[in-house]
Amino acid sequence: MYFLKRLLVLPPLLILISLIAFLLVRTAPGGPFDKERKPASPEIERRLLERYHLDQPLWKQYLLYLKGLSQGDFGPSLKQRNHTVNDIISQALPVSATLGAAAFLFSLGVGIPLGFYTAARRGHGFELAGSSLALLFVCVPALVVGPVLVIVFAVHWSIFPVALWGGAWHMVLPTITLGLYFSGKVARLMREGMLTTMHADYIIAARAKGLSESAVLWRHAFRIAVLPVVSYSGPLLADLLTGSFVVESLFQIPGMGVFVINSALNRDYPMIVGLVLVYAVLLLVLNLLVDAAYTWLDPRVRYD
Amino acid sequence: MVLVFLATGFLTGCSRRSDRADLVIINGKEVESLDPAIITGQPDIRIALTLFEGLTRYNAVDAQAEPGLADRWEISPDLRTYTFHLRTNGVWSTGEPITAEDVVYSWLRVLNPLTAADYAGNFYYIKNAEEYNTGKITNASEVAVKALDRSTVQVELLNPTPFFLELCAFQTHVVMPRWIIEKHGDRWIHARPLPSSGAYELLAWRLEDRVSVRKNPRYWDAANVQLERVDLMPVNSPATALNLFLTKQVDIIWDKDVVPTELIDLLKKRRDFHVFDYLGSYFVRFNVTRKPFDDVRVRKAFALVVDRQRITERVTRGGERPASFLVPPGLPNYQSPAGLGYDPGEARRLLKEAGYPDGKGFPRVSYHFNTSRSHEMVGVELQEMWRRELGIEVELRSMEWKTYLRAQSELDFDLSRSAWVGDYNDPNTFLDMFMSSNPNNRTGWKNLDYDQWMRKANASSDPAERAKFLSAAEALLVRDDPPILPLYIYVGFNLFDPDVITGLYNNIRDEHPVRSIKKRARSTARAGEGNP
Repeated sequence: MYFLKRLLVLPPLLILISLIAFLLVRTAPGGPFDKERKPASPEIERRLLERYHLDQPLWKQYLLYLKGLSQGDFGPSLKQRNHTVNDIISQALPVSATLGAAAFLFSLGVGIPLGFYTAARRGHGFELAGSSLALLFVCVPALVVGPVLVIVFAVHWSIFPVALWGGAWHMVLPTITLGLYFSGKVARLMREGMLTTMHADYIIAARAKGLSESAVLWRHAFRIAVLPVVSYSGPLLADLLTGSFVVESLFQIPGMGVFVINSALNRDYPMIVGLVLVYAVLLLVLNLLVDAAYTWLDPRVRYD
Repeated sequence: MVLVFLATGFLTGCSRRSDRADLVIINGKEVESLDPAIITGQPDIRIALTLFEGLTRYNAVDAQAEPGLADRWEISPDLRTYTFHLRTNGVWSTGEPITAEDVVYSWLRVLNPLTAADYAGNFYYIKNAEEYNTGKITNASEVAVKALDRSTVQVELLNPTPFFLELCAFQTHVVMPRWIIEKHGDRWIHARPLPSSGAYELLAWRLEDRVSVRKNPRYWDAANVQLERVDLMPVNSPATALNLFLTKQVDIIWDKDVVPTELIDLLKKRRDFHVFDYLGSYFVRFNVTRKPFDDVRVRKAFALVVDRQRITERVTRGGERPASFLVPPGLPNYQSPAGLGYDPGEARRLLKEAGYPDGKGFPRVSYHFNTSRSHEMVGVELQEMWRRELGIEVELRSMEWKTYLRAQSELDFDLSRSAWVGDYNDPNTFLDMFMSSNPNNRTGWKNLDYDQWMRKANASSDPAERAKFLSAAEALLVRDDPPILPLYIYVGFNLFDPDVITGLYNNIRDEHPVRSIKKRARSTARAGEGNP
């Protein structure tokens, strides 16, 4: 019932988001057709605006947009003028999603064990090493990690390609570049979760029952300690699936990240709104999934 | 939805990259369109001219016009009527003959107001073209471009236009496939097969990935086209472009935007890095509608204290040529007059005369530029020159691209960084910009003498007389009543290994037709170097 209600809220929420995005992008100075070279006659500019209905009052433009949207049409791109927003998203989203999913698995795959063991092996040399590593991952931005990886592994040792999108081999460096920061973040969340959980009553009870340390850690502590990571996963996945400008530019990957930034710079109104909507849908749906995962992981959580 | 996207992502995203094309070129930023009628950017134009050809085409060596789809033409004695004869072996890549009707259709399509083509102005030299494009007449048949028969096109011009044959090679003047455009409308460029009139046909276009083209075996000059498959790639990061080049995944980088200029001193030492004179000019616009730059003495004073050499040596460092004039050297039959040189004493005198002795009482003014490290460094140099020599404090304002453009076109600035790249080998491509009614003037400057000289020049059929008039106009622009402060003439850059790539010639138009590029196998190219 609770989830059904939340699903029903989605469409009006998305319409509201589209309206806000639609209005906000138009407050920026300059327009999609402002160029260094103006056409020979102002009449050409006027026709261009007319062609894309940009000469209409705002409310009319928005109604036209909603009409298209109700048929699943995000409208034309005003920058990539041979493509519609649908064309671009259906080309770029699968690419970003592939890379994002790989980076997501990488962050969890590295972050969870790292966080778990630094908490489980307290006082051990491993704790210091692991925590420092996690801190390092969080502190060094992709802007630095990427070029360093490229110089070392692609230019110097020629193990991986320097850029471009092709086979699995092309994905290795971008995945690490994109995922490293998040793996550090996940590790820190996981460690915090573990440290808090280890002092909880039910863990003390489990220990008192004489369960083995690994059973205590894995069967009892882990499930609860991982919850902060789970709630972080929803927005993280939405972020990763929709692409990263820095990583996609650096590796020249034909994903969404480049379009997210460029559409704003280009004042490509339909493109910006379309991308905002795709991101919003992902975020809302993934958060819903996160909440569902909570009920499964933590028996104390109930939604009524 | 997410799952569907993910699933398709794993299928399409992970499929193996097909083998390397015969030639891979980094073509700059992603193109906006491949429709020759509406494109404006140089990367777009380079691809469009690979796919489509006009009555003439650019010569690979010096970018002058040479016969294209028309193999010969006659020009009337008054230089106002051109009669073109199409070659008999001109066919579409899909086999249909290319006719005079196709030419007329293509030209009128660009002029059609509904197409809203940015570059429609390139046709305004034709009788009634401007009237049709701006809606003053609605009957397209009144535009003076006619198909006399299946293979003859006749054009009537308003003035003798010495660069008209060159315009005929421009992307706006290419021949486009009527039946495909009428069938598919705005999405015609996505039709496959896409009939092409040029040396290559379009295989695939994936945004931010590549445009793949294949040799058009039916092209009239196919015998001289060597490379079978060519990929033209967009790259966003100059560092990535260089890495791809250094690891030999691409053969050529030919767009200035993706050459890492911060490495210019290192690049200049490389044999595969090429610097050449370019038909582009870097200058500053004054807003002459506002105080204090409505006073010509103030504008002159600002120009007279600029040490251009310092800017090209300290900031740009690519071998740019300091220039006190606007029109780049290297155009046929033309020599720019000298503009205002370096004379701080005269500058201070003019400033005093204008009522600002030693800069006292000078209003706050700012210098606008679009956000970029090199524009900012030019700004810092200028700021220092104006402060030191004139005692005037100019504020620097870095602006995001579209905001900067809007401010410039609405005359909402005092001083604004500017640049212009010529479209054809004639001074008119620079000078007509400052005619009173030109939308690219953007200084508020209206000089009737200037307009008069320009009109006289363009009505003249004697090249020497024409050059004299143009030079008189430019003298007003850069010396006697300057609305601009010219700084330097651009150079072009590209990267390719001259032992491997041949048939690529550097010219001031930065025009390198793909059809003439040839490639030697790396092993044979290296053989000559061999062991001692």
